[in-house]
Amino acid sequence: MNYQPSSHDFVVENREQKTFFVNREVFVSADVLEREQRAVFDHCWIYVGHASELKNPGDFKTRPVAGRPIIFCRDREGAVHALINCCRHRGALVCREREGNARQFYCMYHGWTYHPDGRLKSVPGADAYGAAFDTGEMGLVAVPRLEAYRDFYFANFDRDAVDLGSYLGGAKEYIDLVVDQSPSGKMQIVSGTQEYDIRANWKLLVENSVDDYHLISTHSTWLNYMRNSGVNVTPPKGELLPTRGFGRDLGNGHLTTDNPNYRGRPVARWISVYGEDAKADIDAIRNELVSRLGSARAARVADTNRNLCIFPNLVINDGSSVTVRHFYPIAPDRMHVTAWALGPVEETEAQRARRLHAFLTFYGPGGFATPDDVAALEAAQLGFAAWREVPWSDLSRGMAKAPDQQLATDEGHLRVFWRKWSELMGARV
Amino acid sequence: MNEIVGATVSRAEVEDLLYREADLLDSWRLDDWLKLLTDDAAYYVPPNDKPDADPRFALFTIADDMVRLRERIIRLKDPNCHAEYPLSRTRRLISNVRITGVDGDVIAVVANFIVHRFRHNDLQRVFVGHYRYKLRRQGGQLKIAERRAILDAEELGLLGSVSFIL
Repeated sequence: MNYQPSSHDFVVENREQKTFFVNREVFVSADVLEREQRAVFDHCWIYVGHASELKNPGDFKTRPVAGRPIIFCRDREGAVHALINCCRHRGALVCREREGNARQFYCMYHGWTYHPDGRLKSVPGADAYGAAFDTGEMGLVAVPRLEAYRDFYFANFDRDAVDLGSYLGGAKEYIDLVVDQSPSGKMQIVSGTQEYDIRANWKLLVENSVDDYHLISTHSTWLNYMRNSGVNVTPPKGELLPTRGFGRDLGNGHLTTDNPNYRGRPVARWISVYGEDAKADIDAIRNELVSRLGSARAARVADTNRNLCIFPNLVINDGSSVTVRHFYPIAPDRMHVTAWALGPVEETEAQRARRLHAFLTFYGPGGFATPDDVAALEAAQLGFAAWREVPWSDLSRGMAKAPDQQLATDEGHLRVFWRKWSELMGARV
Repeated sequence: MNEIVGATVSRAEVEDLLYREADLLDSWRLDDWLKLLTDDAAYYVPPNDKPDADPRFALFTIADDMVRLRERIIRLKDPNCHAEYPLSRTRRLISNVRITGVDGDVIAVVANFIVHRFRHNDLQRVFVGHYRYKLRRQGGQLKIAERRAILDAEELGLLGSVSFIL
């Protein structure tokens, strides 16, 4: 009986035996991480930020993108840039604030200044340079590629990468389902950032974000809260929550869950947690959806939960609220997570408050669910100390079933991530 | 000036309340802790990057009304609250207690805190910041109507989750 592989590959799929294994070395190895940073993060479209974060000319946010310090900003003419936050002279950060509005970026080391579009503005004592010194060439370096889909900005450090639209492929439809919640097609990042580290490998959060198999065992206290609040979360006998939900392959390594809603949605599915007062308001939101999108599309937007993973490290959870979160490895056993709430720009104060309340009940470092996910991932990482003795993670669930029968509680959609990861990483050296 | 405000409350009385609260939270006597709160109390941990934000408009780390706070306590007492099972050990140091104002029956108080948190298999984590309280007297007893725990850390980072009552 050889259920587990004897292979030394990182990812071992056996279609005949219906098995799929990942070698746990991929979660602990510094060499693997280094290779990921070059082979995965430097060739994929990596999330930078949302257009709504830069409302006015001169607005900027500084944040790491694929390990580089980036200034995500809007210039005086309104164009959006992602500039590498590194002085052309001797390399210091030219902007050390988290966010703000800038007329220029000023390097505090020797006083070089740059326009918000990156052009070099002034150099103290420029006459000390030779004739070859060309200020026109010495602006801040922009990320090689910056493109947006429906206000979500992505960077690519590979100049030859396919365009963002082709890259996103089937994921675009699922981004549309989120953005369609807004009558004007404009969503906005809500003020307030959740930034926290998880002492676990970043790929575990990809798995966890879309893995519905863990819901009952990891999140029973959240299910209790829902029950106590009068929401029916009991699955039919013998079924796992969420019932009848699917895991989907969206191409290019992107994947999503696609579940019938049972947990309420600010747009537009009332549950008792919202209170009787909210019923008429939720009905009105739904009526607007139906009149704008038609009843079938409105039901698609309002009556399904979707946890979408854009390969490799962006997750948009459209569940009891919408969260945009991305994460990046700091070490094999540590990732930095940044998460925001996203909502339609038209929302009233009451609607926004309802959205945020629903968000906090489940998501985030103070929520009733996310801290237990973090605990699960950290427990897994601790277990991986024995990766040599217990080398294989089993992701075979659902393999014996047809591709269109892969439930969100199966692991077919997790395998989508691992196949793409494996393809980009190449054969094990 | 801070010793007595309008003869309604003394700093010593406020300190007694805050120290008792710290003791109850460190000993995980959460039902007894709930009794220190008014029935309409609120508990906030604002986002690290927007410490002065309003929970109606900004994404907080925690923004509990009393309904959700009671549910949070139910969760914390459940062994399936994995982030707090086994329970963290915490030790709170409360200092620099000041009464900053009285508005009607609401007494505004600020205090600094350091909360050390220890867990099996985990890092020692140190939460540093200040509290802003709104206290109210109810049935002769000084009670907590609102507590806002504002962290000094620029981001949660290695503090990780705020899964205990901060």
